[in-house]
Amino acid sequence: MIDRREFLAVLATAVAALGTREAIAGSPHAQRDVLPVADLGSLQKAYTFFNPTEAEFIEAAIARLIPNDDLGQGALEADVSYFIDRLMTSEYGSGARFYNQGPFGDTTRYQGYQLPLTPPEVYRAGIAATNRYCEEKHGKRFAQLDAGAQDEVLNALQSIGLEKVPGATFFGQLLSDTKDGFFSDPVYGGNRDMIGWKLVGFPGVAANYATTIGKNEPYDVAPVDLGALRARVPVDEHGHPIHQNAAAGVIRPTTAPVPSPSDRQTADAAHTKTTFFV
Amino acid sequence: MATRLKPVDVVTVGVGWAGSILGKELAQAGLKVVGLERGDNRTQADFALPQTHDQYKYDRQLELFEQTSRSTLTFRNDYREVARPMRRHGPFPWGQGVGGAGFHWAGWTWRHHPWDFKTKKMTTERYGANAIPADATIQDWPMTYEELEPSYDKFEYTCGISGTAGNIQGTIRPGGNPFEGARTRDFPNPPLTRSYVETLFTKAATDLGYHPFPVPAAQMSRPYTNPDGITMGACLYCGYCMNYPCEVAAKATPQTAVLPAAFKTGNYELRSHAAVQRINVSGNRATSVTYVDAHGREFEQPADIILLTAFTWSNTHLLLLSGLGKPYDPAKGTGVVGKNYAWHAGLPYVPMQFDKEVITNPFMGAGALCTSIADLQGDNFDHAGLGFVGGAIIQILAMGWGPLTFQPTPPGTPTWGSAWKKSVAYYYNRSAQIVGLHDHLSYRGNYLSLDPTYRDYWGNPLLRLTYDFGPNERKLSQYLTGIGEKVARAMGASHYGSYGLGEHFDAGVPYGIIHQVGGAMTGSDPTKSVVNRYLQSWDAHNVFVVGASAFPQISSFNPTGTVGALAYWTAGAIKDRYLRKPGPLV
Repeated sequence: MIDRREFLAVLATAVAALGTREAIAGSPHAQRDVLPVADLGSLQKAYTFFNPTEAEFIEAAIARLIPNDDLGQGALEADVSYFIDRLMTSEYGSGARFYNQGPFGDTTRYQGYQLPLTPPEVYRAGIAATNRYCEEKHGKRFAQLDAGAQDEVLNALQSIGLEKVPGATFFGQLLSDTKDGFFSDPVYGGNRDMIGWKLVGFPGVAANYATTIGKNEPYDVAPVDLGALRARVPVDEHGHPIHQNAAAGVIRPTTAPVPSPSDRQTADAAHTKTTFFV
Repeated sequence: MATRLKPVDVVTVGVGWAGSILGKELAQAGLKVVGLERGDNRTQADFALPQTHDQYKYDRQLELFEQTSRSTLTFRNDYREVARPMRRHGPFPWGQGVGGAGFHWAGWTWRHHPWDFKTKKMTTERYGANAIPADATIQDWPMTYEELEPSYDKFEYTCGISGTAGNIQGTIRPGGNPFEGARTRDFPNPPLTRSYVETLFTKAATDLGYHPFPVPAAQMSRPYTNPDGITMGACLYCGYCMNYPCEVAAKATPQTAVLPAAFKTGNYELRSHAAVQRINVSGNRATSVTYVDAHGREFEQPADIILLTAFTWSNTHLLLLSGLGKPYDPAKGTGVVGKNYAWHAGLPYVPMQFDKEVITNPFMGAGALCTSIADLQGDNFDHAGLGFVGGAIIQILAMGWGPLTFQPTPPGTPTWGSAWKKSVAYYYNRSAQIVGLHDHLSYRGNYLSLDPTYRDYWGNPLLRLTYDFGPNERKLSQYLTGIGEKVARAMGASHYGSYGLGEHFDAGVPYGIIHQVGGAMTGSDPTKSVVNRYLQSWDAHNVFVVGASAFPQISSFNPTGTVGALAYWTAGAIKDRYLRKPGPLV
């Protein structure tokens, strides 16, 4: 719970914002949400879609895809496993918005996704098949392997066929959802404490950048998520947050990462370049 | 059994740019207009902070776009293959709801170049008839740039376009596009404040001998009141723009720039969730449209004038479903409806990273905050010996990207693990992107038709797209990719990738550009076009088919500016001529 004094301060800010809004000539805009603020406390962490074996796999896999390392916490610490679990039962994540009607016949390689499986079905089939692959090869489930062996399996997934679903399809879905969970607003269940945004220096909900656009200068501020905007952050006359300087302690690389060997194949030493045809 | 409604003067099928402009113009002229919109209705009250700044909702779930479960296309590269549905948003998602593509758009508001209206004639004259591929079906527009100029001007002043004019009544002006067709007057608003990556691009392009200029933008550089008395706010460069609604109404959309004036007349009624299924035709006239509402109830709406103003595909789809006009048959080369399909692949694409102290703040920006060069557009350069027709506008982008959709890393970087994490952390704020939009010829084998197997939410056959790149586009893409690379090097990029067209179009690749044209193209010959120069159907004189469906091929430019101009052009023809004497205008 926030205390009464803090609540009144927030309410005063919101009312002030409302009062001045009408005075901005020539700037029509939508009414900002000024409902009373309630502290919801911490959401319960529990899985509603993945069974324990599946959850164990997801937690182990995302910890390799975006690891906890010298740059700080990764996907596991950002609650991305809970983000993916919630996704499986959402309208979008369950695939309800996609065209799922048959027939599912032969296709050419240029006709896009043509499997009859929805995203949750891809996860179910993919996790079970990957664990079987690990059992056959190593005698253990994926989550029981050490990090090096897990990375080998994840690499292999990109080229092997699993039962029901191509490894690359399953891996692609898992990787894409993991990155989404790492960089989406925390309201969706991942990106806890805005770990992903702090890593890259993304401010989240935008301020008015009319006077900062065009400058070759870092804009290093404490990010603002949807929940924080409603509850805790001062806003300008439009209802946009007034960003505050970033807190100390955010780790970000200060020098360019060393290029991988494949980057060095270029004839022009000043540039790395690869041509793709899509 | 359909409920028969009271007749009205005008029905528009679809309420995007074309539907809202025609609806407003005709309602202001005193006609009773009903706008039928298949999707939902969203107004400025729905766009409050903080919800609008939500990348997952708008960039991933694609809140402003049609769900493929309701309507999609089937696709094949070649007519001998079996088409399969685009089950997910692959190469190009498309808009839904009031505002349509004019709602989710980025706001790039170009005019076509005068050459774009007579590509065939000019190419033949300069390079000979053999310069055009034998299977190309391109044809010249039946109107010229000069004829459309007043309509372009009206659309730009309606939208409050921010830009720098390059040619006012024949006088070339510094800082604008020196190649553009002559304008009567300047843009209504000065250009937006430029981003740092544009400053880098402008210097590099100028050093290379090109002529960079700001992309004409539908984001207001200052508060603006348009000729209909509608006020829009100044852009805040917040970066949540393309794919997003704008909470300060700084992006011109049908909602923010047109519809309030239509409602003000008292003659305009908007019905959302009204999915038109058929145009009912009797002889050389259409009598009504049949639509289904959200409850599945069927209605017949009679009208004197029926305007097809939906998205490119839907215009063609409805003509085919209604049996209006002769469907195109590529094998025999007969028929016209569905012919001359083309689109923009959004290539070359050259993403780059900097190892030195370049801070790009990619999360700031506006949908059309981009700087372009047109030196290689259309026929602005000598094509002798190049082996292709057409060119591209090439630009640096500052459209605003959050990390959900923008995770730049140099070529060769792993896609996951600590190496990826470190690379994204370093380069997110040290990256830029160059994109080209290029001419795409129409070909005999690229067309739209009804699918024999798959059906949409309402039980209609899906529209079937048969499409592939032509050799002209591959050569063009290769040439332009080299130009993009040259500019990236001149900008001082430490790393860059370079993307051009592959062997075949792939429905699994998120090319990301939506611009679709053709299917109901305009022309002067009824055997080679669906609509005449006023976009009036050759087969039913009270039906006008307005939108990018009328383009006979796609030029380098984003289509919206020309769609808006065509809407004003057709509105003028209806008000000045058709109402006085209903019948064929040509």
